[in-house]
Amino acid sequence: MNRQAQAVVMLLFGGAIVRASVTDMYLRYVKESLQPFLIAAGLVLIAAAVMTLVYEVLRPRAGSGGSAVSGGSADHEEHADHDHGDGKPHREPWVAWLLILPVLGLLLVAPPALGSYAAGQAGTALSSQQISDYPPLPPGDPAKISVLDYASRAVFDKGVSLGDRTVQLTGFIAQGPNGEPILARIILSCCAADGRPIKVGMSGNAPAGLATDTWVEVVGKYTDRTVTDPVNEEMIPYVEVETWTQIDPPKQQYE
Amino acid sequence: MTAADRATAERVGPETSLPPPEDPHEPRRRIFGDRIGSVEILAVLLVLLVLFRGPVADAISDPRLQTWTTVFVSVMVQAVPFLVFGVVLSAIIAVYVPRSFWARALPRHPALAVPVASCAGVVLPGCECGAVPIAGSLIRRGVTPAAALAFLLAAPAINPIVLAATAVAFPNNPEMVVARGVASLFVAMIMGWLWLRLGKAEWIRLPHRPDIDGMPKARAFWASVRHDVVHAGGFLVLGAMAAATINVVVPERWLQTLADNPVLSVIALAVLAVLLSICSEADAFVAASLSQFSLTSRLVFLVVGPMVDLKLISMQTGVFGRRFASRFAPATFAICILAGVGVGAVLL
Repeated sequence: MNRQAQAVVMLLFGGAIVRASVTDMYLRYVKESLQPFLIAAGLVLIAAAVMTLVYEVLRPRAGSGGSAVSGGSADHEEHADHDHGDGKPHREPWVAWLLILPVLGLLLVAPPALGSYAAGQAGTALSSQQISDYPPLPPGDPAKISVLDYASRAVFDKGVSLGDRTVQLTGFIAQGPNGEPILARIILSCCAADGRPIKVGMSGNAPAGLATDTWVEVVGKYTDRTVTDPVNEEMIPYVEVETWTQIDPPKQQYE
Repeated sequence: MTAADRATAERVGPETSLPPPEDPHEPRRRIFGDRIGSVEILAVLLVLLVLFRGPVADAISDPRLQTWTTVFVSVMVQAVPFLVFGVVLSAIIAVYVPRSFWARALPRHPALAVPVASCAGVVLPGCECGAVPIAGSLIRRGVTPAAALAFLLAAPAINPIVLAATAVAFPNNPEMVVARGVASLFVAMIMGWLWLRLGKAEWIRLPHRPDIDGMPKARAFWASVRHDVVHAGGFLVLGAMAAATINVVVPERWLQTLADNPVLSVIALAVLAVLLSICSEADAFVAASLSQFSLTSRLVFLVVGPMVDLKLISMQTGVFGRRFASRFAPATFAICILAGVGVGAVLL
């Protein structure tokens, strides 16, 4: 791959990064806090591409010196990027072609956020989030709390701080240990590579007949029923569902 | 590599060593090469992909492939700011910091330069993708390889952001932060000194980059940025693909059976750290969620991860050469396990 082609790939890569980070698309892959750094990095890539192209255009032609290490005739000028200075031919690495892949991933494929498949592969990641005391629930009826918050209050606090309050949880439908639908949400600490599911079982008026990856809001109360996640032997708490509604996927699909 | 590239490669060979022999086919091949360069191949490739966008999207609608693509893209997106930061810093080192600076900044004796360089890693807040081009740049600028390698290992493992993330991830075990910092510092220094005793300079083959010494500074800066993005970035893609594959293919259930055996659990998490290639700022959270494993084996996971993993091995191969990576990575891996277990036995 010569310098012009490298510049084009860098331009596409930088452009894809900037495009993903000014829209909400980057939220499918990384934390929100990375946005300014992503935009800055994309702009640097674009600048590097533009400068490379500018220098290529300005490059003196036909052996009048300049950057062409091999110097000499116009034939050599064509592949001056092979840098014959060390006496050995140097090929620009073939891995440069691989940089097209993330560009395709971002511009053409744009894969969705992690969903029920990833949730089924990994065990519920509750144990990493244990804290010693739980503040009172936020005001409101139902109190809107995260799936993670509900699950840790249910398991580690034995539901004490949940009490008799009605809570509202938002998550997607995944398949539970026994094939029944459960409520799941992926938590991220950095990027989707470390995404781990938090799972909550549903009893009572549980949503039925929904495909996996459908987003729902469930309103319900604490119940002491639990089940063990066969993947990592961790406890999955249940919520006693009173009502539920199907919703569009939220902008921020991770917690 | 495409056919035209290969043709270019073949064509370059003879020109450099000997004057090209009078070959009747030579003009024809050159015309072919002139007309179809990598820009044209790239253009055709992109046009084809845009045209066949629908079928391509259908082909990856399988949930496994879709998860693979999501993880691959997210590893790349996550790494880009760190990669670009590292590449820019390494270009600044290459172009704007005079060689004499390093002679003054580091102790003259290489054995003393190693611990100084390890501790200098503390101040660089970034993950491992940025450290590789910086270390390459340091070696080019005449820093002793032992010190540059110690910096390469220490910088992603013990910087303030990573240690803070570890503290957040292990709220009930603050000793984990100390253990991680101490064990990582040990490994960086041991590897630096080991390089002084056993390392051979010819193992490191930095890719030849455009001779930037004679260029105007701004031009040299952008040449260095382009070169490093293509080298380190290309190998980062390779590493991200490997990490995404492991993420999708290896089910967590397998780990469960290994967690009960103290020796196997250490080895299992050390290998997992290499395979998963998680960024050093996030690995503490993953380690925290592997609660069925002992604290010592999770410490080993945290020590190995920032120093040896698939994307790092791939990037080190690209920046330092294959002969270097094939020796450096296994040695670092072994020292990481020993240091992790040793520090774990004392502190945890």
